[in-house]
Amino acid sequence: MSATALGTSSQKSDSPEHVDQSSAPLHTEELLSVSHVSLSFGGVKAITDISFDIMKGEVRAIIGPNGAGKTSMLNVINGFYHPQEGVISFRGKKRRRMKPHQAAASGIARTFQNVALFKGMSTLDNIMSGRSLKMRRGFFWQMIHVGPARNEEIRHREKVEEIIDFLEIAHIRKQPVGKLPYGLQKRVELGRAMAMEPDLLLLDEPMAGMNLEEKEDMSRFIIDLNTEFGTTIALIEHDMGVVMDLADRVVVLDYGKKIADGTPEQVQSSQEVIDAYLGVGH
Amino acid sequence: MLYREAGQFKTSYAADQALLPIAQDRIGLFVILISAFLFIPAFTSDFFIGAIMIPFLVFALAAVGLNILTGYAGQLSLGTGAFMGVGAYSCYKLATYFPDTNIIILILCSGVFSAIAGIAFGLPSLRIKGLYLAITTLAAQFFLEWCFLRIEWLYNYNDSGAIEVPQRKLFDIAITGASASPVARYLVILSIVALLTLVAANVLRGRIGRSWMMIRDMDIAAELMGIRPLYAKLSAFAFSSYYCGVAGALMVFMWLGSAEVEAFDINHSFLILFMVIIGGMGSLTGCFMGAAFIWVLPVIIRAVPSMLGLDLIAATTEHITNIVIGVLIIFFLIVEPHGLARLWQIAKEKLRTWPFPYSST
Repeated sequence: MSATALGTSSQKSDSPEHVDQSSAPLHTEELLSVSHVSLSFGGVKAITDISFDIMKGEVRAIIGPNGAGKTSMLNVINGFYHPQEGVISFRGKKRRRMKPHQAAASGIARTFQNVALFKGMSTLDNIMSGRSLKMRRGFFWQMIHVGPARNEEIRHREKVEEIIDFLEIAHIRKQPVGKLPYGLQKRVELGRAMAMEPDLLLLDEPMAGMNLEEKEDMSRFIIDLNTEFGTTIALIEHDMGVVMDLADRVVVLDYGKKIADGTPEQVQSSQEVIDAYLGVGH
Repeated sequence: MLYREAGQFKTSYAADQALLPIAQDRIGLFVILISAFLFIPAFTSDFFIGAIMIPFLVFALAAVGLNILTGYAGQLSLGTGAFMGVGAYSCYKLATYFPDTNIIILILCSGVFSAIAGIAFGLPSLRIKGLYLAITTLAAQFFLEWCFLRIEWLYNYNDSGAIEVPQRKLFDIAITGASASPVARYLVILSIVALLTLVAANVLRGRIGRSWMMIRDMDIAAELMGIRPLYAKLSAFAFSSYYCGVAGALMVFMWLGSAEVEAFDINHSFLILFMVIIGGMGSLTGCFMGAAFIWVLPVIIRAVPSMLGLDLIAATTEHITNIVIGVLIIFFLIVEPHGLARLWQIAKEKLRTWPFPYSST
């Protein structure tokens, strides 16, 4: 009973393109590794001695009950929080105390649990803003906006239009995002993160508050993003069906500690995980 | 009906990203520029140009400056008057030291000093947001005002404490000083304002303008997109203060002819802020609408009683003007808190589908 409560991975093994992935260890190159990271705010320990790694090209899920430290973990990875202990290395390079914009420059993009779009800007501008780091032209060219600055703008616009096509949001291109329905806002936010062409994409509950159809759409985008563009994805999600279907490997947190790590099947059968989600019988 | 872009198909991103993608807008702007450059100097009186158009343009430029900072980059500032003062006093000093250099170049350079002041007083914005930041810019206002009053070097140690504009010529036509004709001054101001507005529009639609709006809308997400808050905020302060500085220099050199420290006091900062709020935050058109509303409308209202043949004493006219303007401000802010520019935008959207409002766009 406990295993079914956590969802099944039946769909995943059904679809042909995933068969070889689950049978052979495709992802062997390490992209990010977190080792012995601890984070506390004053006396509150948010994360205690957590270690895990993310391989290049995989979909890695981070799950756990509310308050388990999942979002804190993402915040540590992209530099919002600085852990008191532990080492994070990204693409083989160790890093300490990194600012968010430096993390962005090194190739980490992120979406937020609560949509964090630029509300006063159009869908197009929001996604264009993801290209900021890739645009180079300085103040002088921006002022006259002919020649190099304009060509650069158009070149990036082409990329952005590809993303708009991919996410099927062409009809809302010029609309201010503040007025869009929630599901579309989430999609625009994914597009904005995609525009950065990141090596590692962190998705913080990309499907929270969505209906089944929207969830299926979003799942499709995530799978395509992973298989077609080869983007490595770390994902926090509460919908276990989605997690078990999408993720190659899952890490489970509870009260800031890691309690399980492995393939969806392994995690589902772990007694500790079942206890964390369903409680311990007395 | 007027605003149907039907048939105007864009076949390139360049055309789609043009400043004014709709043909009607381009025609409209062309008509406005033609009448501003040709018809107004040719057919209107010196009073109209000197008392209405010149101040209107100066204030519009200052409002553009403040709007870049407050409307686009989201940093509230109450120091506009002081930054205009920095521009005016530096232009005065520059004119003293380089008497042979063209005054237009000096005016454009004086904005640089104001930009430096803007950066210095923008530093608290890295730690402080919103109303609290407004208070720190208030410090800029009072500190700089004190400098204008106490540092005698700034006004060349003259007894009056005022800066007097020397006469300067462009192509042998006086454009500053007492003998300069309003038309000449007007044309110089108009050219500078038109040019700087175009530059602002260009910067705002590109990478840098976008980074300011990102900081305004969601600074955390902006940082994650690789925007350095330090650089984005300070560049907004610098760019904005440059505009305020040039507006200040224009105000003294091309409009007032001489000025004391009172010309740059806190009331002035508020006046510009009201123009931005009434006109519309985050809209360049709004700056001009706001400046027109706050400056031109009172002049017109003041003229109404005499036109109607009513013989009112000046004080009564002044009170009536204040009442009417106050009521209008409240009215417009209730109808549309986002300012006149938003009203104009809504009107355009309605006009697209008029007279069939239920047809989809």
